Amino acid sequence: MGAEVKQTIVEIIAEQAVLEPSDISLDQSLEDLGIDSMGLVEAIFSIEERFDIQVPFNANEPESSEFDISSVASIIAAVDGLIAAQKAG
Amino acid sequence: MNRVVITGAGTINPLGHSVAATFEAMREGRSGIGDLDIRDVERLTVRIGAQVKGYAPDERFNRQQQALYDRFTQFTLIAADEALTQSGLSFSGQLAAETGVVLGTSGGGLGTLDDNYRAVYEEGKNRVHPFIVPKLMNNAAASHVSMTYNVKGPSFTVATACASSNHAMGQAFHLIRSGLARVMITGGSESMLCFGGVKAWEGLRVMSKDACRPFSANRNGMVQGEGAGIFVFEDYAHAKKRGADILAEVVGFSMTSDASDIVMPSQQGAARAIAGALTDARISADQVGYINAHGTGTAANDKTECAAVASVFGRQADQVMISSTKSMHGHLIGGTGAVELLACIMALKDGVIAPTIGYEEPDPECALDVVPNEAREASVDHVLSNAFAFGGLNAVLALKKIG
Repeated sequence: MGAEVKQTIVEIIAEQAVLEPSDISLDQSLEDLGIDSMGLVEAIFSIEERFDIQVPFNANEPESSEFDISSVASIIAAVDGLIAAQKAG
Repeated sequence: MNRVVITGAGTINPLGHSVAATFEAMREGRSGIGDLDIRDVERLTVRIGAQVKGYAPDERFNRQQQALYDRFTQFTLIAADEALTQSGLSFSGQLAAETGVVLGTSGGGLGTLDDNYRAVYEEGKNRVHPFIVPKLMNNAAASHVSMTYNVKGPSFTVATACASSNHAMGQAFHLIRSGLARVMITGGSESMLCFGGVKAWEGLRVMSKDACRPFSANRNGMVQGEGAGIFVFEDYAHAKKRGADILAEVVGFSMTSDASDIVMPSQQGAARAIAGALTDARISADQVGYINAHGTGTAANDKTECAAVASVFGRQADQVMISSTKSMHGHLIGGTGAVELLACIMALKDGVIAPTIGYEEPDPECALDVVPNEAREASVDHVLSNAFAFGGLNAVLALKKIG
């Protein structure tokens, strides 16, 4: 599950950054990758669609959101957590 | 160039079903925002909005009319009735030919579209009512006003998202100022509070789930509203000659385009529009007592708008009052500038500045006098009304006290 989630998220982020998945490293931030607020909102939509989960995110207060978007790794961890919480039971 | 004055105003919006009721709510700082009462609300994550409450279409329109009037047209006709009654005008002969209707809307008959998509896609029906097209078209409201009042001059609809009404009223102003029309019925209407309308906005992730708090550091987004504001703009000499009551004078208008981003606002584009309205009105910043802000309550708009005002007003920025009445009536999208013009008229005519309610925490990026939470008495001679739309289309009006 973990590796599959990671691969899918890297692909989604790579698509927004117009890069190859192999060019993305986990410690990069979205800013490093040149993804703006619209790219972020689109990436979150793709994540929700792909994993059938709800991602709590308000573009007005990205930093106070429960969804940590500070790096590619933090997004993967957050999505893992949401899948576990929302698919449980 | 002809001078242009306002001789009639009408509205139905989340704060009231008339101008008097709206003024009272604005004076008292009342909120029209509450739990959304619409079909399938449980499938939305944003469940608040500023709906027009206590309105029963059956009490205003018969069955045949309702078959042709989407909710945005109904709101328009109700507001137009109040405005035209106040103006005392009726139209025939030459005056009818020299009078037009320019209205703003963004979604037009979105509710009709939503209902009928449901019918054909969700319910699998293969037949829709014959009047769906004339009911949902964006110009339906303008056309029904022209038919109801026998208005035969230039009439059209302007759709520039959140600036639609300001752009529409600016066109009406230009038509009279240049002599192409004597009287214009103008303003705007919106009714997007249906499942599809809210769902689309929800996707953008800029909507608040609890309240609209413009300029407050803890703001977390916009809240959608619905309703209409309609005005009678009239050539000053014509109004004077017939002894009309004049509510205010329209003295300036400016339009700019950011040419930068489809959703993010630009300080420079907004500032050029504000400065342009001052130039057009031939007034300086120190003469402006009040600005009705675009003030959506989003992170992006409010700080950009404050920076734009500060850059145009310079040292005068600390003297001017600027409030966002969206905190009370929500964001009426294409109709918003029209309802907000009422706050401008109230400021000029009654000397009451509508507050920005829901203001809880100062934001250093919005360090202007935002008239927090309580209305204020003040005599002002000139006011501005800002509208900055998605797509970077900006429209600012300047009004002046009459008398």
